[in-house]
Amino acid sequence: MKIKVIVTLKNGVLDPQGKAIQQTLNGMNFGNVEDVRQGKYFEIEVKEKDEKKAKSLVDDMCKKLLANLVIEDYKIV
Amino acid sequence: MRSSVIIFPGSNCDRDMDVALKKFGFNNQMVWHNDQSIPKSDLIVLPGGFSYGDYLRCGSIASKSKIIKSVIDFANSGGLVLGICNGFQILTETGLLNGILQQNKFLNFICSNVYVKVKDKQNKYFKDLKKDVLELHIAHNEGNYFCSDDELKSLEDNSQIAVTYCGVDGAENEKTNPNGAIKNIAGIFNRNKNVLGMMPHPERMIDKYLSGEDGSLFFKNILDNFK
Repeated sequence: MKIKVIVTLKNGVLDPQGKAIQQTLNGMNFGNVEDVRQGKYFEIEVKEKDEKKAKSLVDDMCKKLLANLVIEDYKIV
Repeated sequence: MRSSVIIFPGSNCDRDMDVALKKFGFNNQMVWHNDQSIPKSDLIVLPGGFSYGDYLRCGSIASKSKIIKSVIDFANSGGLVLGICNGFQILTETGLLNGILQQNKFLNFICSNVYVKVKDKQNKYFKDLKKDVLELHIAHNEGNYFCSDDELKSLEDNSQIAVTYCGVDGAENEKTNPNGAIKNIAGIFNRNKNVLGMMPHPERMIDKYLSGEDGSLFFKNILDNFK
């Protein structure tokens, strides 16, 4: 079963890459871009048929490795 | 004094560290990351570099490597653990040190000499150090130290801030902050002050003809305090 995870910076944490992307988009005449936050996306193939169990495993993975909870939030989608 | 330098795939300051430690009389040995245990040591060093290619987050993969459990046990039993640059990043990822090193504020890789102010001398690394401001070298893309407000308060309350970026005169301000680190933080201790992580490289400042010798002071001081 494939589980998808999105890791993003917490609100309030400076995202200089996102800022640079936003400014570049603005410079390309996408003037209505007000903010960009960059994140990471994972597709994790788990040998588990029960979706609830698979998601609970991935949740543990997020806490232990995939996200650093000092600055990042994660979402299992 | 016996020391061990851990080598991860992608470490690139391990041999410089080996040269520096031996120069000042440490009995140093190199330890591979896949080993399960560390030879008897008084100091363990996690060197600079790009362990595991900086994949996922700097230091995150190394912080789960086989050898790390021994490093954590050693640190928790009071042993001296020093993480330089990528070593600092690894220490934050293990949880031995608070916070995280984010990408530099202006998105640039910085390679230059900097001055750092020694903020606390009640520890085995800086006790009786003759200088308050050291000239050291930094080379990093992710050195922008960040932690939560609560963690920062706790670092300040317990004098866990080890070194801060400053000017030659010791002035700490935005101008003397190369990478956007909060409070100009360049290095911190754990609560017991046996674990030190810092971005600047003392091992690059051990030769008066090549660089400068403020790094020599740092290594000599560790030895003096151990005796």
